[in-house]
Amino acid sequence: MKKELLSILKNNCRLSVEEMAVMLGTTSDEVKNAMKELDEKGIILAYNALIDWEKLDDQYVTAYIEVKVTPQRGQGFDKVAERIYKYPQVTACSLVSGGFDLFVVVEGRTMKEVALFVAEKLAPIDSVMSCATHFVLKKYKDSGVIFNKTYVDDREAVVL
Amino acid sequence: MNIKKMVKKNILETPPSGIRKYFDMVNEMEDVISLGIGEPDFETPWTIREEGIYSLEKGKTHYSSNAGFIELRQEISNYMNNRFGLKYDPKDEILVTVGGSEAIDIAIRTFAGPGDEVIVPEPSFVAYKGCVMFAGATPVTIELEAEDRFKLKPEQIINAITDKTKAIIIGYPNNPTGATMDYEDYKAIVEVLKDKDIIVISDELYAELTYEGVHVSIAQFPEMKDKTIVINGFSKAFAMTGWRIGYACGHADALDQMKKIHQYAIMCSPTTAQYAAIEALKNGEPEIRRMKEEYNRRRLVMVDGFRKIGLNCFEPVGAFYVFPDISVSGLVSDEFCERLLMQERVLMVPGNAFGACGEGFVRATYATSIDNIREALVRIRRFLESL
Ligand SMILES: Cc1ncc(COP(=O)(O)O)c(C=O)c1O
Repeated sequence: MKKELLSILKNNCRLSVEEMAVMLGTTSDEVKNAMKELDEKGIILAYNALIDWEKLDDQYVTAYIEVKVTPQRGQGFDKVAERIYKYPQVTACSLVSGGFDLFVVVEGRTMKEVALFVAEKLAPIDSVMSCATHFVLKKYKDSGVIFNKTYVDDREAVVL
Repeated sequence: MNIKKMVKKNILETPPSGIRKYFDMVNEMEDVISLGIGEPDFETPWTIREEGIYSLEKGKTHYSSNAGFIELRQEISNYMNNRFGLKYDPKDEILVTVGGSEAIDIAIRTFAGPGDEVIVPEPSFVAYKGCVMFAGATPVTIELEAEDRFKLKPEQIINAITDKTKAIIIGYPNNPTGATMDYEDYKAIVEVLKDKDIIVISDELYAELTYEGVHVSIAQFPEMKDKTIVINGFSKAFAMTGWRIGYACGHADALDQMKKIHQYAIMCSPTTAQYAAIEALKNGEPEIRRMKEEYNRRRLVMVDGFRKIGLNCFEPVGAFYVFPDISVSGLVSDEFCERLLMQERVLMVPGNAFGACGEGFVRATYATSIDNIREALVRIRRFLESL
């Protein structure tokens, strides 16, 4: 049931506990308990909204940054990663295979702000060898959701 | 000239579908939640659409062989075997048609004509009876019962059979009731049908949308296989209604004859759709599963919702319809639907549109978003309280 619950929540975390209970063929209390357990175990980390900031007038930029790092003896990449992901501007940070080591997502209000963050905070970190910053110009899809696509039900009334 | 006088009697006498009227009303209204449309709300999965587009880009815009591309028939053959354990030779036991609709029509026309009877259990898909009448044959209806969970019972068939019976149309998972038939249910009716010279037209368009147990086809009974025409398609399972593609499987002697009608009346089914359908069978499985999972969740919420607001409904375990009993309202189906639409702007289809015995029920589809279902239930509850 937990897998099924997670799959429901991943799609839509705004269903009521009662609705989820009906979908899972169980009671509301069971669902509440399962969710509590998943939260406590750190399996469910957050219930976030996916927002298209472009639709607002506010300035908003996202940058994907490729970071090359010299791993430190005995600590691998974890220590550097930690120094990086602790900045609130960093919204995502992963160790990746390939031509660079850390893939870092930084969000800010302006390009300048993000560029300064990279220049003043990221790049100077001791074991960081290089940063390549890619500003997002247009977001097409994120977390499985296509942007700028509104669903209109234009099915015609047919006789069946 | 009075054109109407020129029209053939059996066409003139066939009434248009009762559902039309509501859709005309809806077109004039705003903010209507439709639980009336019998087709998926999902778009065709992209991998399928893309193959259709590629085929057009490559200029593949010609006819196919009458029966459909052999590659598609081969995929259908594999699918029928893998999914249902049914073996059909792609060479002469599979015919690709313009939707399951065409397959239903030509199967009926191949086997029944003036003086013949075709057994049509109701409530059921509106086209069955119409097609029987256009063929000049006489539909003999069986009234399925809510207390039997709308399953077909052997006694009902025995009572309907006469020496004129040529065929019976069986449609499970069922539109409009959402009922299914399991192995034991079929076994009982196979006992009746196995020794009779009666063709079974088995409309299995919703086979993939079976939420409990596995889909059973009457053709899985060896004694029935040769006399059954299995009809399936892509509309419901793959969300491909607009592509107009489906198929019939059966004994070569039956298919050869059906193919003649198809050949002269249709030529071949749309080839863009055929290319897309090949991809659907090759790679569509994960998407079918995803959609089915979503339908199932909505189904459970809708059934639970109807029961909570006092509309009795048996557990539908197939297709994407719920068929609640509205007798508590004290209204007949037609009035219920019309007043619900006018008062609360929710569209459902009166049960009697699917046969007289559907009176006292309405059909609601959960091929719509969970938000719509939730809101519709609130409105229907308010409507019931206002009565
Ligand atoms: C039971 C049943 N059979 C057949 C069809 C026809 O489907 P298509 O012609 O799109 O394959 C429908 C469509 O609503 C249906 O509900």
